[in-house]
Formats: sequence, C-alpha cells, structure tokens
Amino acid sequence: MSPAAYARCCAGILARESLRFVHQRGRFISALVRPLVWLVLFASGFRFVLGVSIIPPYETYVPYQVYIAPGLLAMIQLFNGMQSSLSMVYDREMGNMRTLLISPLPRWFLLTCKLLAGALISIPLAYAFLAVAWFWDVDPPAWGYLAVLPALLLSGLMLGALGLALSSLIRQLENFAGVMNFVIFPMFFASSALYPLWRVKEGGLALWYVCQANPFTHAVELIRFALYLKLDCVSLAVVAGSTLLFLALAILGYDPGRGMLARKGGGE
Amino acid sequence: MGSGGFAVTAALAVTDLSHSFGDRLALDKVGFTVQPGDFTVLLGLNGAGKSTLFALATHLYHNRSGAIEVFGFDIRRQPSQALRRMGVVFQQPTLDLDLSVEQNLSYHCALHGMARSLAKRRIEAELDRLQLIDRRRDKVRQLSGGLRRRVELARALLHEPSLLLLDEPTVGLDIASRGFLLEHVRALCSERQLAVLWATHLIDEADAESKVIVLHKGKVRAEGPAADVIAAAQADSLSAAFRNLTGEAP
Repeated sequence: MSPAAYARCCAGILARESLRFVHQRGRFISALVRPLVWLVLFASGFRFVLGVSIIPPYETYVPYQVYIAPGLLAMIQLFNGMQSSLSMVYDREMGNMRTLLISPLPRWFLLTCKLLAGALISIPLAYAFLAVAWFWDVDPPAWGYLAVLPALLLSGLMLGALGLALSSLIRQLENFAGVMNFVIFPMFFASSALYPLWRVKEGGLALWYVCQANPFTHAVELIRFALYLKLDCVSLAVVAGSTLLFLALAILGYDPGRGMLARKGGGE
Repeated sequence: MGSGGFAVTAALAVTDLSHSFGDRLALDKVGFTVQPGDFTVLLGLNGAGKSTLFALATHLYHNRSGAIEVFGFDIRRQPSQALRRMGVVFQQPTLDLDLSVEQNLSYHCALHGMARSLAKRRIEAELDRLQLIDRRRDKVRQLSGGLRRRVELARALLHEPSLLLLDEPTVGLDIASRGFLLEHVRALCSERQLAVLWATHLIDEADAESKVIVLHKGKVRAEGPAADVIAAAQADSLSAAFRNLTGEAP
C-alpha cells in the first residue's frame, strides 16, 4: 500500500467519525452542558469554601472558576475519550468494528486513526466551552487560546487511548456504567482538576501520591499551563508517555493473536 | 491441480483448521477449498462453527492450529494481501444507520485506500448494478432490510475482490429479497469468476450446481458438488443427506 493509500484511509476514518459526531447532536450538547454546570453551579457554590493561593502558572489570586476551567476542559476530553470507547464497544456489537478491521491496512494504523479522530472531535467542544466560560470571567491571555491547542490534542489522545485500551477489555455495552464508576470518577476526583494539590497534601499524603501518579492530573496541568502560556515539562512527559503506553495496550488488546477477541471469540 | 501440471491456486484454502474457546472446541480439523468461479454453500445449523470460521478467515483473531490461505496468502502471515482480495458480508448489520448509502460506501473505499475518483466510479457502478442508484443519498435507516443487505453486498464488491464471503446473508429477508441476492451473487460467480463462500442454515439456498460443505459441531461432514454429497449420503435430496450426515433436521 502506498503512503497515499494510508492518507486516504486516515482521512476516511476522520470524515466518518466527524459525520457521526455531527449526527449525534445530543452528544454535543451534553458534552458541553456537563462542564458548564460544574463551572456555573459548582464553582459558584465552592468559591467561598475553597481558597486558592497564588500557584503557578497564575501570577495573582484567581477566582475559583478560573482555577477549575482547565480541569473542566480535561473533563470534556475524559468523557469524550470514554464515549469513543463506548462507541468502540457499540461498534463491535453492531459489527461496524468488523468493517474497520477487515481493511487491508495494518491494525495499529487503523486504531491510531480512530484515536486521532476521537481527539480531534473533542477540540471544537473544548473551544465552545472556553467561549461560554469567558462570560464567567475565565479570560486567559489571547495567545493562550492558541497555545492550549497542542495541549488539548495531546491530552485528548491520551484519554482516547485509555478508552481504546479499555474498550478491548469491555465485553458488554452496559458495562459503561462500570467505566463511569471505576475510571471516570476516580480519575477526575483524584486529580488537580477541582483543587490544587497542596491542599490535597494537607489532607493526606497517600491521596497526594495517588493524585500525582494520576495521568489525568498531568493532562489538567498541561492544559492549565498552556492556557497561561507556560509549559509544564513533567506533565508533558507524563502525558506523552501515558499516551504511548495506553496506545500500546490498545493495539495489544485488538491484536488478533493475543487480545481478548481471540480468547473469548468476540464479534460473534 | 489443474490440467497440464499447472497448479491452480485456490481462492480459499482451509487446511486442518482447529479453534477452541476455553474447553469448547469450535472447529475441529476443518479443511476445504473454494475455487475461482465456485458458488460454495457452507451448510450448518446455528452453533456449527460457521461464525468462528468467518472470524478466523477475516482475521478478527488468529486460528490456534491449521491454516487459511486466500489465493496462496496466509491470513496470519500476510493479512494485508489476503484481505485485499476478499469481500465480506457479515451476518450482523454493519452499516452506519445515520449516514447515507453513499457515505457508507465511501468510508469502505477509504479503508481500502482508494482514490476518490476511482471510489466514485466504483460506487456508481455497484449501486447501478444492484438497482440502488436512486437511493444513494438516502440514510441507511430509511432502507428496508433487503435494501440494506444489497448495500452491504455493494460495499463488499467495491474493491473488486476475487473471493466473496457471506455469513448468513439472507437471515430475516423476505423471499423476493433472498431471491434477488442469491441470483445476483450466482451471476457474479459466472460473470467475474468470483469465488463465493455462502454460509447458511437454509438448505434450499444450495442448488444442483452448487458445491456444498456440510459443517456440523465444528467438523466437516461432507464436501463436494451437491449431487455427489446426496449420493454419498445415500439420500434422495440435500435435506435428507443433511439429516443422514448430522442426525438433525436442517
């Protein structure tokens, strides 16, 4: 197969995922409403409870809603990544996944394109959220809106890859509820999305270690720093490394010789 | 072997294929060939191992032992070469209901790395042949079961495969749709020398000229032209032969 064939295949996968997303208007709205509810209701309620001191990348005291905005951007991507994983399971049950997997192009390539498509879809959502959040005084520097783009893409890839890896393990559609309980909520709450980690450290050292080890924390920090035109190198390394690890697990999970499909006879 | 000592490469050659899930043996030393131009009916009841065979042949997962070759290309070692020559209609519906007929077909062309202009030409030609050209912009959701199957058949043919695998393609279809599909695929066999493996549990889908493979509980019980299978089973019809070979009614 020529490089042009690879490019056409990837473009086809991106086009199909975008078309599907456009047709699922409900998904767009709920993906946007969810973080806005947190921003408007949760942040208003908690701004008086949780004080935020001056911590990098901020140079002044910031209102609570400004602090949690990057966490909510990452939340959009977390849900999007898991929803893509849900769509993989759904696809597999509906047989659409089989269509993808009988392509003569290598499977790792097909899965990577699918992952890229999922990450790209989350980006307009993130910008729509930032546009609405501007009315709630979340106003990062103008260049921050551009600088955050690569951070969003990378964190979207990481969370999508995690979803993809999980989807190769999930056998049944209804198990997505389990993904909510065991993946989304723990990752979100044991991170720096809602409270700075120095406060977590005051609360308990063990939890602080958990938060530090949580790749989602690093996705949030990568986005937060980028939005204020700074680079958090540790977060960048963790997010990039986790992306590769999760992608490798996903490729292994869908490997015809080793994956779950082979052991249990998926797709029948 | 062909005449004059030239080896004819089988479109599909399955040799000594076994596969199990845990302790359950789904396929037990299965072997058969499908030649170019053959309309081969794989007959088996539900649970006979047909879907496992299709999953292995389409590279969804690897076989434990034995080999599957498509025009001489081993599906495990050269999946890309093998898959390129293969068109598949799966048992379960695999179209995107919210996308149009054309969008579904373009997606398949992209998965095969086809250039847009070529894809457009092939889509038009297949839709025309399957009498679907005026429905090209309709969403798949608006189509009847029979038409959806036709779209899936069109899709399987877009990259001009030489081997076509169909897993229970007529399940849930009315008599007219079934007839259309069978007739069309049989015509493809003779016109394009397409090799077809048609899995079904409906015995009347095999006619006198078909080659038949009877698969039962993971084993091939008989293989050959329908007339030979009937004669070998000392029966007067294919259903009687099936009953004799498997002890169960088709």
